[in-house]
Amino acid sequence: MNKNNRMIEYIRSMKRIGGITFLLSLIILVTAIINPQFLSSYNIRNILRWTGLFGLLSLGAAFVVITGGIDLSIGSVVGLIGSIAAYLMVHAQWPVWVVLIFIIVLSATIGLIHGLLITKIHMQAFVVTLCGLFVYRGLARYLMDDRTQGYGTGFQSVRFLASGRLPSAFWTDGQAPKFILNWSIPMPFILLLAIAVLMAIVLNKTIYGQHLKATGRNECASRFSGIHTDNVLIIAYVISSTLAGLGGLLFSLDLNTVQPSSMGNMYELYAIAGCVVGGVSLRGGDGSILGVILGTAIVRVLYNAINVAGVSTQLEQVVLGLVILIGVAADEVVRMIAAQRKVRESMILAQKALEKSKQAET
Amino acid sequence: MKNEEKPSSIGHDLPEEYVLEVKNISKSFPGVRALNDVSFNLKVGETLALVGENGAGKSTMMKILAGVYVPDAGEIIIEGNAVSIGSVERATQFGVALVHQELNLCDNLSIAGNVFLGREPRYRHLKKVIDFDKMNNDATEVLNRVGLHLNPSIILKELPISSQQLVEISKALSINAKVVMFDEPTSSLSEHETEQLFKVIRDLNQNGISCIYISHRLGEVKEVADRVIVLRDGKLSGSLNKNEIDRDKMIRLMVGRDIEKMYEKRHLVTDKVRLQLEDLIVPKQARFPVNLSVRGGEIVVLSGLIGAGRSELLHTIFGVDKSWGGRILLDGKEVTIKKPVDAIHAGMVLVPEDRKLNGLVVNMEVDNNIALPGLCDNLSKKGFIEKRKVAELAERMVQKLDIRLFKTTQFAESLSGGNQQKVVLAKWLAMNPTLLLLDEPTRGIDVGAKAEIYKLLEDLAQLGVAILVASSELQEVLGIADRIVVMCEGRITGELDPASCSEEDIMKLATERLV
Repeated sequence: MNKNNRMIEYIRSMKRIGGITFLLSLIILVTAIINPQFLSSYNIRNILRWTGLFGLLSLGAAFVVITGGIDLSIGSVVGLIGSIAAYLMVHAQWPVWVVLIFIIVLSATIGLIHGLLITKIHMQAFVVTLCGLFVYRGLARYLMDDRTQGYGTGFQSVRFLASGRLPSAFWTDGQAPKFILNWSIPMPFILLLAIAVLMAIVLNKTIYGQHLKATGRNECASRFSGIHTDNVLIIAYVISSTLAGLGGLLFSLDLNTVQPSSMGNMYELYAIAGCVVGGVSLRGGDGSILGVILGTAIVRVLYNAINVAGVSTQLEQVVLGLVILIGVAADEVVRMIAAQRKVRESMILAQKALEKSKQAET
Repeated sequence: MKNEEKPSSIGHDLPEEYVLEVKNISKSFPGVRALNDVSFNLKVGETLALVGENGAGKSTMMKILAGVYVPDAGEIIIEGNAVSIGSVERATQFGVALVHQELNLCDNLSIAGNVFLGREPRYRHLKKVIDFDKMNNDATEVLNRVGLHLNPSIILKELPISSQQLVEISKALSINAKVVMFDEPTSSLSEHETEQLFKVIRDLNQNGISCIYISHRLGEVKEVADRVIVLRDGKLSGSLNKNEIDRDKMIRLMVGRDIEKMYEKRHLVTDKVRLQLEDLIVPKQARFPVNLSVRGGEIVVLSGLIGAGRSELLHTIFGVDKSWGGRILLDGKEVTIKKPVDAIHAGMVLVPEDRKLNGLVVNMEVDNNIALPGLCDNLSKKGFIEKRKVAELAERMVQKLDIRLFKTTQFAESLSGGNQQKVVLAKWLAMNPTLLLLDEPTRGIDVGAKAEIYKLLEDLAQLGVAILVASSELQEVLGIADRIVVMCEGRITGELDPASCSEEDIMKLATERLV
C-alpha cells in the first residue's frame, strides 16, 4: 500500500513536469522544422551553456519563491560580483582562490543582510531586494568607475569553469575525436546539474527543505510547530544571493567583457520567469528543482529559437512574454477544468448515494 | 520532550497531584480585557472542560498555556515548578500541547510531515537529513491512536477536513504531552469521529495525561469532562465537579442570566416569498443543488458543522462565487447575479464571516467604512465624495445601532469586536436591504453585544426584511430562528421548527453523511 501510494504521488508530481517537458519539446520541434540549423551541435551547446548560467540564478530564486518571497536584486548582484571578480583578478592581482572565496563570502553577506532586514525589521522582501537592485548596480558602476572589466587572454584555468567543455577537455591540443568535440557538454551546464542534484536533496530529503516548504505554505503553523521560520527565510535569501554571485562570476568569465552598468540587467526577471514556467508558485510552498531547470531551459530555448527562426529581434521579448503567459494560463485553465470535472463527478456520486439511502429507507 | 528532572510516579505524592496550576492570570488586548485574574488547576489524568461564551477568554487562556501569548500578570506552575512559557517551543518542552481550533497545518506536506513538523526524525549519522521511513512508521503509530488508518505519506490537501482535524490531534499526541488542550475539537467531526475522540481522551487520561477541553457543545462537555470551569467576560465565574455538571447550571454561569431573555420574538412572518432558490448549484464544495426559500419578515438560520457549505451557499447567492446552475428568484422574479454589485442592486447585502478580513477595512475610519458601499450612489457628486453626507450617514447609523465610540473618524480597528461587528452591520443597513444575509454574525463578540445584534435582527424582521443567517452556535440557532435549515456536506439534510426541536435534533441532521 505504501509503495503504491508513493507511486501515485510520484505520478501526480510528474504530471506537471510532463506538461513543462511537452511545452519544451513543442518549441524545439517547431523551431527545428522552421530551421534545422537549430539542432546543430554548435547551437545546442550554446543553449546548454546559457541554460547552465541562467539556471543557477533560477535555482537560487526558486528557494526564495518557495518561501513566498521574491528576490529582485539577482541581476545587480550578478553585475556587482562579476565586475569585482574581474577587477580583483586582473587589476588587484589577488590569487584566484582568494577571489573565489571573497566573492562567495561577499554575495552570501548580501543575502544575509536581505534576510535580516526581512525577518528582523519586518520589511517586505519586494522592497528590500528592490533597493538592493539599485544599490548594487550603482555600487558596481562607482567601484569600477564605469570602466569595462575583462580577463584578456589570461586566467584560462578559472575561465574553464565558464567556457570549458567536458569530456573534450581531457584530450589536450584538440586531439579529441570529432564526435566528442562536437557533443561535449559546456561546464556551466555540468555545474548546474551538480548544484541542482545537491539542491534537490536539500529540498526533498533534509529538515531544512521540509521547513522551507512548510514556512512557504503556512508560516504561522510553522512557527507554532517550533520552527525557526526567521532562520529558514534568511538561509533562503543567502542561497539566492550566493548563487547569483556564483552566476555573476561565471557570466563575467564567459563574456570576458563586463560592463558594470549593464551586465546582469533584468536577469532577476529571467530567473523568476524560469521559476514560474517551471511550476514554482509565487504563493509559496510549491516547486520542484527539475521544474525550475526545465523552466529555465524553456526561456533560453525560446530566446534562441526566436533568433534561429528569423523573427525580428525587436520582437523577441514580445514572443517570450506571450509564450510564458500562454503556458502558465494553459496550466491554470487545465487545473480549473480538472477541478470542475472532479466536482461534477462527485455530484453524480453523491446523488447516487442519496438515492441509495432513500431506497434503503423505503 | 523529557526535560523535567523527575521521572516520578504519577500523582502519588501530594505536591504533584496537580500537573498544572494557573494563578491569577490576566491578559489585555487593545480595547479588551481578555482575562482578568483567572486561577484554576489541573489534576494528573483528569479532563477539565473550559466553557464560556465566545469572547469569554477561553481561547486566550489556551494560547497563553501554549506559549502563543505572554500573560500580563500571574503565574503558571507545571509539576510544582513556576515556569514562564513564553514560546511555543518552551510549551512543547514543558509537555503542553494545543490542538488548534483553526486548522494549523501545511497542506502541501504529507500527513507524517505535518505530525512531526519541527521535530522530524533524523538519521543517526546524518543529522540534517530526514529519516522518512521512521517518520512514516512513527506517524502510523500515532494515527492509529486516533483511529485514523491512512497512509502517512498522503499529501494533506487530499484529506477531508475531519481527517485533517485528527491529524492535528495526532500532532499534539506525538510530543508525549502531559497536558493536551483541545480547542473546539469537534466542530468539524461527525458523531462517530467524536466518539473516537472521546475514546482517545479517555485513553490519555488512563495513561496519566491530563486534558483541557473547550467546547460550546454542553452535551459533549457532560460526557467527557471530570470537572468544568466556566469563564465569563474574562473572569472565572464558577466551577462544577463531575456530579454537578448540568446544562442549565453551566448556562447560568456562562451567561449570568437566563438565556431566554437574549431572544425575544415579536416579528411576524409574512406570506410573501422574498428569496427563492431553485436547484442552485454552489461551485467548488457543494455536491447538491439547493432549494430554499425565505419569506419577508422571516429569519431562517442555516445550521451545520464547519465545512457544511453554508458560507459557500451565502457566497453564491450574493455573487461572490458564480453559481454553476439553477435559478435565484427575488419576489418571484428571476435575477442574474454574477457579482456582488448585482446582488446589492437587487436589494441584498451580505455580512461576511470574518469581519477583519472581509467585513471591514480595519485601518480606515468608522465613517468611511460605513459609507463604503453607498459611495457611488448617493454620497458622491460627479465622482467627488460629499464629506458632509458621509458624516451625516455615519452619525445616523452610529446612533441607530448604538455603536460605542469616541468619534466617527476613529479607526475601525480600535473598536471592540462587538462594536466592529455593528459597524459592519451599519455599513450594510445603510443600503436599506430587503434581504439580509449574515454569516456567523456573533462570532467572537461578548454577550451584551450579541443580545443587541439579536434585537437588531428582530427589529429588521419586524420591518419585513427577509433574513438568512448561517450560525454554528446552537443556542443562537434555536433562539432567533423562525425556521432552521440544516446542511451537511453541501446538502440540505432537513428543516426543523425551533419551537419543537432540540440541539440533538440539529446535530443529528448536521452529521447525516452519505458516504
